[in-house]
Amino acid sequence: MELFDLPLIWAFIIGFGIIMYVLMDGFDLGVGILFPFAPNEEARDTMMNTVAPIWDGNETWLVLGGAGLLAAFPLVYSIFLPALYLGVFLLLAGLIFRGVAFEFRFKARTSRYLWNWAFAGGSTLASFAQGAVVGAYIQGFETENGVYVGSALDWLTPFTVLTGLGMLAGYALLGSTWLILKTEGRLQAWAYRITLPLLAGVLVVFAIISVWTPFVDDLVRNRWFSNLSVIWLLPMLTLLCAWQIFRSVRNRSEGMPFVATMGLFITTYLGLVVSRWPYVVPPDYTLWEAASAYESQLFLLLGLLFVIPIVLVYTAWTYWVFRGKVRAGEGYH
Amino acid sequence: MELDPLILSRIQFAFVVSFHAIFPVFTIGLAAFIAVLEGLAYKTENPVWVKLSAFWTKVFAVVFGMGVVSGIVMSFQFGTNWSNFAQASANFLGPILSYEVITAFFLEAAFLGVLLFGRQKVPPGLHLFAAIMVATGTFISSFWILSANSWMQTPAGYELREGVIHVVSWSDAIFNPSFPYRFLHMALASFLTGGFVVAGVSAWYLLRGREVEANRKALSMCLWLLLFIAPAQAVVGDFHGLNTLEHQPMKVAAMEGNWETSRDVPLLLFALPDQINQINRFEIGIPSLASMILTHEWDGEVPGLNEVPQDEQPPVALVFWSFRIMVGLGLLMIAFAVTGLLLRAGGRLWRNTWYLQGLRFMSIAPFIAVLTGWFVTETGRAPWLIYGVMTHAEGLTPSLTGGMALFTLIGYIVVYGLVFSAGIYYLMRVLYVGLEDRDEGEHEAERPARPLSAAHVPFEIGDDENETANTATQGGH
Repeated sequence: MELFDLPLIWAFIIGFGIIMYVLMDGFDLGVGILFPFAPNEEARDTMMNTVAPIWDGNETWLVLGGAGLLAAFPLVYSIFLPALYLGVFLLLAGLIFRGVAFEFRFKARTSRYLWNWAFAGGSTLASFAQGAVVGAYIQGFETENGVYVGSALDWLTPFTVLTGLGMLAGYALLGSTWLILKTEGRLQAWAYRITLPLLAGVLVVFAIISVWTPFVDDLVRNRWFSNLSVIWLLPMLTLLCAWQIFRSVRNRSEGMPFVATMGLFITTYLGLVVSRWPYVVPPDYTLWEAASAYESQLFLLLGLLFVIPIVLVYTAWTYWVFRGKVRAGEGYH
Repeated sequence: MELDPLILSRIQFAFVVSFHAIFPVFTIGLAAFIAVLEGLAYKTENPVWVKLSAFWTKVFAVVFGMGVVSGIVMSFQFGTNWSNFAQASANFLGPILSYEVITAFFLEAAFLGVLLFGRQKVPPGLHLFAAIMVATGTFISSFWILSANSWMQTPAGYELREGVIHVVSWSDAIFNPSFPYRFLHMALASFLTGGFVVAGVSAWYLLRGREVEANRKALSMCLWLLLFIAPAQAVVGDFHGLNTLEHQPMKVAAMEGNWETSRDVPLLLFALPDQINQINRFEIGIPSLASMILTHEWDGEVPGLNEVPQDEQPPVALVFWSFRIMVGLGLLMIAFAVTGLLLRAGGRLWRNTWYLQGLRFMSIAPFIAVLTGWFVTETGRAPWLIYGVMTHAEGLTPSLTGGMALFTLIGYIVVYGLVFSAGIYYLMRVLYVGLEDRDEGEHEAERPARPLSAAHVPFEIGDDENETANTATQGGH
């Protein structure tokens, strides 16, 4: 007996995992994207130290996304990954380089510039690839009988390049507002200075994507221009968040720009979800068609209900341990 | 020539897994060692324990970092190259891998930050707790991943509906027939790896007269540990072999180089298996011993490779020789552990240069043993991806072309090659600098103080002039 609509519950859980990942790894990837433009080497040290103790935990949400997708929606997993084969490779290669840069950069002297490039290049590559994945998802996939039948580079189109750039700008904005929160003095002043141009960049790309998307896909167009007018609430909220970022940067507020940027991401994300609902492998499969066996979804759900609250508690605790401003020259031990 | 995506994907998976596996197998043992050191430091307040823990935590940080980044690749490999397999097995493997993430990876990642960066930020008790949580996380992780791998070797608790696995008993599936043996074998292998690396590095320091008190303590602890687990590993290995004989007889046949099912089978010490002609050349063996070991009877029947057609046999020479290297190294480890006891009894442990030199070289032995052991178990099940259920060919991604598989294979080799060279090189630097307190003030005066990461050792040789003078001469600081 299937008592609950488990695929629906799982769609919420996976959706929650994805937005957790985007918000948390987003700002530390953003720090990497901004790395080459930092005022000086000392600022780079501080920037890296704002994320050093937590980036690993942030990235674990991505691993959970991969494993959770396999567990709950294997069809999505086994269509997306082959379809995005080369993009996934670029994403992983980027994450590898930036990950090891955390360990090696601080000890390098003459070769330090190489690790700077590994961190910045890896972060940029990984962020772009993630944006392209979002674009590819909007575009849809060519499938037959639950198997991807397109070719290796179908995902790479002008549209996905644009969504890739959008993600770069968005993560950079998360990064700069994070730096406003975590730093002070000259570095913070720099972060304040770049935040509004980044916001402008994000809004421009978002606007182009919004105009373009209805032409990419009929389903999205129909959804947007149907009588479901509540959908227009989300872009309104997005603009409200953007306004809030603008205002709080002007007022030299330290926490609000980061919070409002997270709000911007959440509303945009909800807009994307609503536009595509309930298709998880557009244009062919809904979340119910892509779901794994009922007993498998149930088995994992029971554990998840116990464990995820605990995970959230100790993750919050580690953020608490490393709270406050990170100062130049301040070591953690 | 047409590029074969199947062969290339298999090479790619083998490469990525082999590369990844050597890191966790080391960090599991090392994390437990660090937790013990932190516990001793907390209890006795003897600064030697803090010094040892701080040093080995640096090593841990580098190795763990490489393990994490190579591990992220793993969670996407099933989908990119083996999507048919992913889809067919998702009902079991998906939840198991997800449980690994939520019960182990988050625990490791969150508390690793506190272990590495939090010594001054949290009370000592919480710092110890973080060390224990990291060690626990590595252990929980190996539980789930070995359950998943064992299930692919000896699937249980499932039924097939339209080519898709459906789990009918979670306990049967998780605790499948080969799981207990595999898990114990791997856990002991992790402790052997951690033990021999710490012993080898400590021996090297002792040979150079560096930080004698601390390194003697570390070496002594490791030798006691190895004395118990090296022989225990042989016993567990034997049980594991019997289990494999029951569930995967063709793997055992390849391990023994036994072509025909027969009685009184000799234990081959040397042979050159010739798979084309289905015979061995240059056999040297001990009569009946294989029968004795495998069946515990001198004339017990041992299955031969001729029970299946040639194209269903595993690559015999690879399995045969990997197995011999693993067992040979295992015996060498036991010999070293026992010799340590004898030298200790005679009070000659710290003076015996030969033994300490030998330990130095033994620090790579467990890595080779783990990799060869893994070759035995993974190639030994060929051509099966899920034993008896799905072959490698059936599990492959349908849209995958040879060119794409080759491109990413080369890509991973290049990326891992760069990362691995940097990692090993840096690890050598950390080991070279050692446990000694360095005079930070003098060094940092020239430039604005650098914030620290987990390990504070310069990347390049010769950047720090007083470093060599600092480390080479002193015993106790």
